[in-house]
Amino acid sequence: MSDQALIPGWEVVIGLEVHAELATVTKMFSSALNRFGGEPNTNIDPVSLGLPGSLPVLNEKAVELAIRVGLALECVIQPSVFSRKNYFYPDMPKDFQISQYDLPINGVGSLELPDGRRIGIERAHLEEDTGKSTHVGGGGRIHEAGHSLIDYNRAGVPLIEIVSAPDMRCAEDARAYVSELRAILVAIGASDGKMEEGSMRVDCNVSVRREGTAGLGTRCEVKNINSLRSLGRAIEYEARRQVDLIESGDKVEQQTRHWNEDDGRTHKLRSKEEAYDYRYFPEPDLVPVEPSDEWIAEIRAALPMLPRERRRRLADAAGVEPSDTALTVERGMDDLAVDAIAAGADAARVLVHIANNLADGVGKLTAAPFAALVAMETGGDLTATQAKSVLADLVASGGDPATHASTHGFEAMDTSELEALVDRFIAEHPDDWAGFVGGDDKERKKKAGFFVGQVMKATRGQADGRIVNELLARRSAEA
Amino acid sequence: MSVRSTAAAVRAGERSALSVVEEHLAAIDAHEDEIHAFNLVLADESLARAEELDRRIADGGDPGPLAGVPVALKDNLCTRGIDTTCGSRILEGWRPPYDATAVERLAEAGAVVIGKTNCDEFAMGSSTENSAFGPTLNPLDTSRVPGGSSGGSAAAVAAGFAPLALGSDTGGSIRQPAALCGTVGVKPTYGRVSRYGLVAFGSSLDQIGPFAATVEDAALLLEVIGGHDPRDSTSIPEASPDLLGVLGQGVEGLRIGIITELMGGPDRAASVEGIADDVRARVEQAAEALATAGATVEHASVPSTIYGLSAYYLIAPAEASSNLARFDGVRFGLRVDGDTAPEMNTATRTAGFGDEVKRRIMLGTYALSAGYYDAYYGRSQKVRTLIQRDFARAYETFDLLLSPTAPTTAFPVGERTDDPMMMYLADVCTIPSNLAGHPSMSVPFGTGDDGLPVGVQVLAPALDEATMFRAAAVLEGAAP
Repeated sequence: MSDQALIPGWEVVIGLEVHAELATVTKMFSSALNRFGGEPNTNIDPVSLGLPGSLPVLNEKAVELAIRVGLALECVIQPSVFSRKNYFYPDMPKDFQISQYDLPINGVGSLELPDGRRIGIERAHLEEDTGKSTHVGGGGRIHEAGHSLIDYNRAGVPLIEIVSAPDMRCAEDARAYVSELRAILVAIGASDGKMEEGSMRVDCNVSVRREGTAGLGTRCEVKNINSLRSLGRAIEYEARRQVDLIESGDKVEQQTRHWNEDDGRTHKLRSKEEAYDYRYFPEPDLVPVEPSDEWIAEIRAALPMLPRERRRRLADAAGVEPSDTALTVERGMDDLAVDAIAAGADAARVLVHIANNLADGVGKLTAAPFAALVAMETGGDLTATQAKSVLADLVASGGDPATHASTHGFEAMDTSELEALVDRFIAEHPDDWAGFVGGDDKERKKKAGFFVGQVMKATRGQADGRIVNELLARRSAEA
Repeated sequence: MSVRSTAAAVRAGERSALSVVEEHLAAIDAHEDEIHAFNLVLADESLARAEELDRRIADGGDPGPLAGVPVALKDNLCTRGIDTTCGSRILEGWRPPYDATAVERLAEAGAVVIGKTNCDEFAMGSSTENSAFGPTLNPLDTSRVPGGSSGGSAAAVAAGFAPLALGSDTGGSIRQPAALCGTVGVKPTYGRVSRYGLVAFGSSLDQIGPFAATVEDAALLLEVIGGHDPRDSTSIPEASPDLLGVLGQGVEGLRIGIITELMGGPDRAASVEGIADDVRARVEQAAEALATAGATVEHASVPSTIYGLSAYYLIAPAEASSNLARFDGVRFGLRVDGDTAPEMNTATRTAGFGDEVKRRIMLGTYALSAGYYDAYYGRSQKVRTLIQRDFARAYETFDLLLSPTAPTTAFPVGERTDDPMMMYLADVCTIPSNLAGHPSMSVPFGTGDDGLPVGVQVLAPALDEATMFRAAAVLEGAAP
């Protein structure tokens, strides 16, 4: 992580702007449907097309979802005002975007990463999405295209833009921030968080400075990042580009840059001088948003458990650090784990099974049989290998672990049977036994492996290796 | 015949809607060529609509309080499937897929839309000379302008083409042409009439309102179109006011103030300039009439109104520069091709907008630009706050205020087209109400030295249209 510098002698400073489409039924300012993937220009109405005379009316659900986001990120929820951000673009119907400028609905807050570090949130504001252009001909590039087609289905879809503080120092931090943010948005039902469908989009501000210096370097904003993988690659490329510039005596120019997935580079879109003057001013067609304390309290009370709370709950139940529970929570299996532990299962085995054996989901597995399985395993009735096999059965078809175990013939062997076998192999292999009894640690381990192997072979794997080892140790002490 | 009695006769089956419409279409046929009040006369549509209303009445139905009454609509009000040009080439041929809320309410009240009236392009102007489709002339003297921007609506009522018309008022665009054409014109409280379907000019100032020959007709029309509309977020959540019921209540005991700053004259240093002596004399005479009717009339000071014009010419263009961005050739209206999208945008807007619209878009863009915002847009918003505060103070002492509607009577066609500042001054008395968001109306009160009508402006605090209409009715009765 951040202790491992990407470029020796340099520190990378990263801030992220994440746009997430809010999971409302209708659009931000009209009753047209907010739905991904329809036939082009079917989810539209006079407002989403910006027809003359049409007026926006704020979708209360979008405000509620934005407040959920604010509460989950521990932001200050405040009275807010919509503003117009003016610039010409064909896929923006009114040639201005209704956004929030100096008075966003959510002020400063923070996001806790799974490892416990906090990334500052500067603001999380509401705005409307634009339509989508398709450039026909010329390989899809705007300058070479014969003509362009515009789909306004997305125009007016509510977005929340979450702006982080420049608190991240490496690509891994940025990826962790985005996955945590995504998990939060999904958990609270604010967004489906699908980067591949564009319902969550990440712009990245990157600057570099020499290690040990305090001021911020000149930043570049990188756009068109479509996956967590691209995010990491783009940051690493951009940081190296900036360091190379400075080390060769040049300066970093403040720019907006475009990440190209194919060549793995960022390309200049425009410099600071070419930046738009958006001429923000308060949107006169809308009134200020002033959510009451009662409403905010209602929304807070209805919030589901957040990922960080889930990690803490499982950590408390399992007696481990919250960071050790991140994977389980990420897989949405923390309820299962907490319930299995509460039913008496060994916490460590529960977490190991989730990490190693449940990557493809829980299927029909529920907490009680999971706990019973782990109990059989820790009680010596099943070997680790057998337990994994029975777990797969539980995932596939549910049911009772004991039944699955007996179907496989995984009968626990009687200790007296094992004793007899161990004694037989000791008698049959006196030299190996002498090596076990008198050898150094290494020799002892090697010979233990030999005897366990013999017993396993004889029992076709049904013996519990742990018990065989115990028997060997007891015989050796008696010898 | 009043609109109320026409509608009553139609509803009672004593007169057909068809005959009412035919009578007005005949008037249009006879004189529209001289006036050019309309961009579009809906002859066939209005006849068909009248026949439909007559059938409903014959079947025992009641179309409502405006049954069979022709209404002319300013051409910046959206009408479903009917050309809505805003007096601009850029929207020529565009047919909205929906009706404005005010238009819907007219239909629900049984009215007949008889045509779309000419206006200054995108409502920017005070003489209706800025229309891309040629000027409208004043029916009382065709060498004079009808005022603007709703000059076509004012002229349509003044010429008897329609007993009622709707206009829009951003800085005086209903009241000033009403004054110049000798009709009643009302700008309601901001938010009283839904703006849904009104093509926006200055969104924080725009208000739809009635033109009529009489105060009573105007009251009836405002009752029909007013009231809350969930499609306009700035719509006031209140029912339409009862106006007809209070018209006869008189002004006994009301305190009425004449706004010193809007009266001009040599002894009033703190006033705006350009108020003609004959206009001032009529306003003073109107004040006396109100006093005679039992009101207490005094001079009132609303000091910051003298800065209204300057603030308005920053706020309205700023909002317009943003509102008119959508006319880019992409989705509707005119498109002039270009090699790239920005070139197409530029070519379309260059060809589609007239000079005044371009002037205001440039003004507004400048006023909102980085580095200038505070000095222009920001400061003008502060002036707006001052004006609101000064009005609030004045209304602690007065129930209503009084002023000229326009500084002069109708001016000659072409007189001010090359002098934007002179043209802008025509709205100096009307702009303060828009900035404050308050209602005000113009009532004809005699004529000037040239024999052309003078309008007296009655101003009221927000939502008090009822008291305003009471005074207007008294003035109408006392008019010379």
